[in-house]
Amino acid sequence: MSAELLELTAGQALARIESGELDSDAYFDAYAEAAEADTLGAYLWRAGPGARGSGGERLRGLPIAVKDIFCTEGIDTTAGSRILEGYRPPYTATAVRRLAESGARLLGKTNMDEFAMGSSNENSAYGPVRNPWDPSRVPGGSSGGSAAAVAGRLAPWAIGTDTGGSIRQPAALCGIVGLKPTYGAISRYGMIAFASSLDQCGPLTRDVADAARLLGAMQGPDACDSTCVGIDGGVQMPSREDLQGLRVGVARDFSHEAEGVEPGVAAAFERNLELIRGLGAEVGECELPHAEHGISAYYVLAPAEASANLARYDGVRYGLRADADGDLTSMYERTRSDGFGAEVKRRIMLGTYALSSGYYDAYYGRAQRVRTKIAGDFATAFESFDLIATPTSPSVAFELGARTQDPLAMYLSDYFTVPMSLAGIPAISIPAGLAPPPGGGPELPVGLQLASPAFTESRLLDAAHALEAAIAFDARPPAAGEAGP
Amino acid sequence: MIDREQVLHVARLARLELSEDEVERMAGELSSILEHVERISQLDLDGVEPTTHVVELENVLRPDEPRPSLPRERALEPAPDPADGAFRVPSPQA
Repeated sequence: MSAELLELTAGQALARIESGELDSDAYFDAYAEAAEADTLGAYLWRAGPGARGSGGERLRGLPIAVKDIFCTEGIDTTAGSRILEGYRPPYTATAVRRLAESGARLLGKTNMDEFAMGSSNENSAYGPVRNPWDPSRVPGGSSGGSAAAVAGRLAPWAIGTDTGGSIRQPAALCGIVGLKPTYGAISRYGMIAFASSLDQCGPLTRDVADAARLLGAMQGPDACDSTCVGIDGGVQMPSREDLQGLRVGVARDFSHEAEGVEPGVAAAFERNLELIRGLGAEVGECELPHAEHGISAYYVLAPAEASANLARYDGVRYGLRADADGDLTSMYERTRSDGFGAEVKRRIMLGTYALSSGYYDAYYGRAQRVRTKIAGDFATAFESFDLIATPTSPSVAFELGARTQDPLAMYLSDYFTVPMSLAGIPAISIPAGLAPPPGGGPELPVGLQLASPAFTESRLLDAAHALEAAIAFDARPPAAGEAGP
Repeated sequence: MIDREQVLHVARLARLELSEDEVERMAGELSSILEHVERISQLDLDGVEPTTHVVELENVLRPDEPRPSLPRERALEPAPDPADGAFRVPSPQA
């Protein structure tokens, strides 16, 4: 009974609850028990069976996993960092509050790279997350716990955050759907800040319809986040079955032909393009001449913003304070050195350097101009195309430890996802098929990324829905639960 | 590209105390990252406006009406060393 329940999408479970066929408490408890038995390291906190919700009609008590970057009143919120160990926020993030008001129940808080800085979930102070397709491999990051939980049948769906790819890349590596909405679609209030001009909340789900459901429940203006304007007209449930009349752009230097893309990923992408044509869309070559500089601009801008945002962790108002006999400055320095992990320190150093006197124009100023160019490339491309398609990640899931000694190699994992973040536009990753890892071994999921102009999520989800049906990805991770298919 | 002295200077600005090992490693890692980032120095960006924010917004206003804020006790609850309704810290000149 319960093993079969865990195979449903959230939407399928919702339909059964609405028809009276499924008891919402039994459904929640089935997941609460699965989460208790987590062997992937996906959860940092779990509600356990018996948690009861608000009774909201929209989501009818469905369980949801929430990345540990969202403040939850009275419930531990660590952002994957030692510096926030034991922190219980006095308020709840708007996105989480809206889900609760819609009737969703908090199933657990998921593991993540510390302060969302990472592409493998190996930067968590609380241990790595393992990929349910192969536990010797990473789930991607930084929303690795959310992605592994959804793929591994430990949650029906989850939310995460995406600053440069942190929803889309782990979704791709775990074989699920991940949507980064337009910057400004969902409130950032109560979402622990990494890079404020880029951070955006979004869903990680088993299908495109579920992503639309979660986006619809969370989006909208918020008096607590003045950058959040919401999606005009709301979010329509996707229903499209073809891609007739749509023009899909593919950029030569920013697609399967780009340097460093694994052959298996490129082959899956080419098969996807055939399906896109088969559904009636016109596929053409577009130009995104500055997209290849996305990583360079991003690794100036995001660390610069992070170095300012993370100045608040000083041992005064919350979190860790290191024992120090000395003065205030030595307390600050010791607290931050004990509390932050290696990647966070590296980014704070990088950002502080880029903003420091004498280097500001050369790094930060130039990176902001490259950002303008990248946004302009997309704007030009969208004059001739409705959607832009790329692989989500240049590689399938890599082995734990494979990139930890080479920060730059890790950063390049986000090659295809960073430019959309810089431009602030929505992008979705859907399962595109399976590919063998370069060193051999069982096949692993590949993601296809589709991007569209700002605030056109309904159109993007509609197209993704049609393509999802054509791809018909029905593989299941072998390490998901004990029950088997 | 980044030497030991620069690492120590930036660490001071960022209020980070780095071990000898960390200083050593940081110099190498930051140099290789910046070498990659340097590629943008070859782009012609004359006359290009910097982007600070992607959503075009101006003066998001709300009515100036008083409303309750977080109670003081709740705000102090997560503090490592609250005292007398405030956050206690070591002296700046201990």
